[in-house]
Amino acid sequence: MSFKIKKNIPLIDQHDKNFMYGGKFGGNFIPETLKKPIDDLTKLFAKLRKDKKFLRERDQYFTSYVGTPTPFIKLENLSDSLGGAQIYAKVVSEANGGAHKIYNATVHCLIAKKAGKKYVVGDTGAGYAGKMLSMAAKKFGLKCKIFMGAKDIKRQRPNVVAIRKNGAEIVPVTTGSQTLVDAVSECMRYWVSNCDTTHMCVGSTVGPNIFIKICAWSTAQISRELIKQVKEEFGKVPKNLKLINCVGGGSSAAGFWNEFMDTDAEFIGVEAGGPKNSRLHAAPLTNGSKIGILHGAAQYVIQDKEGQIGSTESISAGLDYPGISPLHCFLKDTKRAKYTSASDEDALKAYQLVSKLENISPSLEPSHAFAEAIRIAPKLRSSEIIIVNSCGDSLKDKDIIKQRLGSYTR
Amino acid sequence: MKSKIRLTFDKCKKAKRPALITYTVAGDNTKNNSLKILNKISKHADILELGFPHNTPIADGGQIQGSSHRALKNGIKLKDVFQIVKKFKKNNPNKPVILMGYFNLIYQNGENNFLKSCKLSGVDGLIIVDLPYPENKIFANKCKKKSINFIQLLSPTTSKERMKKIVKDSHDMIYYISMLSTTGGKLKVSPKKILKNYNIIKRVNPKKNLVIGFGITDKTISSLKSANGLVVGSMLCKTITNSLKMRQNPVTNLVKVVYSLKRKII
Repeated sequence: MSFKIKKNIPLIDQHDKNFMYGGKFGGNFIPETLKKPIDDLTKLFAKLRKDKKFLRERDQYFTSYVGTPTPFIKLENLSDSLGGAQIYAKVVSEANGGAHKIYNATVHCLIAKKAGKKYVVGDTGAGYAGKMLSMAAKKFGLKCKIFMGAKDIKRQRPNVVAIRKNGAEIVPVTTGSQTLVDAVSECMRYWVSNCDTTHMCVGSTVGPNIFIKICAWSTAQISRELIKQVKEEFGKVPKNLKLINCVGGGSSAAGFWNEFMDTDAEFIGVEAGGPKNSRLHAAPLTNGSKIGILHGAAQYVIQDKEGQIGSTESISAGLDYPGISPLHCFLKDTKRAKYTSASDEDALKAYQLVSKLENISPSLEPSHAFAEAIRIAPKLRSSEIIIVNSCGDSLKDKDIIKQRLGSYTR
Repeated sequence: MKSKIRLTFDKCKKAKRPALITYTVAGDNTKNNSLKILNKISKHADILELGFPHNTPIADGGQIQGSSHRALKNGIKLKDVFQIVKKFKKNNPNKPVILMGYFNLIYQNGENNFLKSCKLSGVDGLIIVDLPYPENKIFANKCKKKSINFIQLLSPTTSKERMKKIVKDSHDMIYYISMLSTTGGKLKVSPKKILKNYNIIKRVNPKKNLVIGFGITDKTISSLKSANGLVVGSMLCKTITNSLKMRQNPVTNLVKVVYSLKRKII
């Protein structure tokens, strides 16, 4: 059976009664204990997203707290130096806290308040999801715990400091590879034990269906702003438009593309290819991984023949994840989006070039997207337009960049 | 024909005691030892749960994670798990064995293929942690057709309405999760409260065999002995961990623990 993306229906709602996209991605593969809390959350969210008062509240916080709209700028110097396509950036890293994770965190805290929960827990890889959740929790008066892999605690120090400053507790996760995948598992296990008092925020468009929905619904703010900005700049959505975004869990890409779903815009997702010449990567879509179940959802996932989840390696903690959102699996299978990967080295080079030529300094995650833009732009005509989602700021990667390139410039 | 699981519960009811159900992980701490463990503890235990380990478990506490990690490090594969069951069943054909694990392993192996291996090795039942009702309906039916018990789970968060549906669709055994916890958590609910919930479920259909698991140790087991069955898992995994730490034989230590658990419920 072949599936198509339906027009005029939000992508997050294009699932069947088992919450599966395209009949095979997503679902709720969860322990019995979580059935009810997930059911309750599903019902609450369905109600809230239709509630005008709630939407106004969300928009108010997005405007006054997150800061909307984030800038849409042309990267003149980069475009000129490469020749070919015109390159633009949506500078989402200008949002409060420095990355797109603030949208999901804010919405989750609003929902937690409505659900009457006093505690909120979340996972984090690069530390942005954790930092934003701790910020929003502080703002909304919720007690917050962040689960983070021990390896990531070491490599994303600036965000760790920020989380602690916001008064949240960081729970170091020392099982498995000590990265995002283990942080998500540990956070879910914590929720199994505390779901009666605690709201869980999953940091990306992964996990049981409701978390995919809430996250993509929240980050959709990015493209709601962008489509207006694009129309202002070009008069309409231009024909030769490419929207390039990095994908780890896939939350920023889902939000960046959402409002353009029914247009001719081309979507390119860039996964983490890992170190050059290494067999380890975090690119399940690019490298043809099989469908498996991870963190409660069916998706393309890096795994062995038996179904044990595989190890990944990437310089970017935020992309260092063996799975990928069921939404992106669906976009890939329906050929609505294309996926490729960039290596650690490509990302570092892209970070360096963009930071040198332009006024922005993308973190290592969006540097993967810039690497792809830099690769294809010279081959394209000057009438073609590329927009890259610069969804994070390099400040958090200061230590890694210094170590790899000798110095850090922002 | 009555299943071996059902016959076991019948036998225990006659003896007016709960069935003692043990959980150990296949391949912990070695393939040989886990077979030895099954052989030895089956003298005292009524039903044996055997975990097939997964490296990304979302509902297991530290003890079982530790056991799974050891087993995987030893290179345990699904085919080894079935080998262990087959060898055990050769000497103990009437002792029920239940495999417990996460769905991805079955998904990758292929549902039909997996059930075929279950049948060939003599597996009596399955507990799949992350395949809840009603998503498990199709697979549970496949199990039934092969005379393999699919064991449904209930938890303190299960609504009454849902509970009725699950009990109705259940086979010979239902598993009640005592509290909101991963496996191996400290019992944070009083046995009285657990038994109260237990009785609510029993009233839906008194004929169904209902067992209680999660947080049960030698300290709490006797206070719950009015149940049809009691599952002890993390305490056994912990025994293996501690034995290895102290360079003692995990098999003999485990037999002692299971024997003392049994003494507390007869």
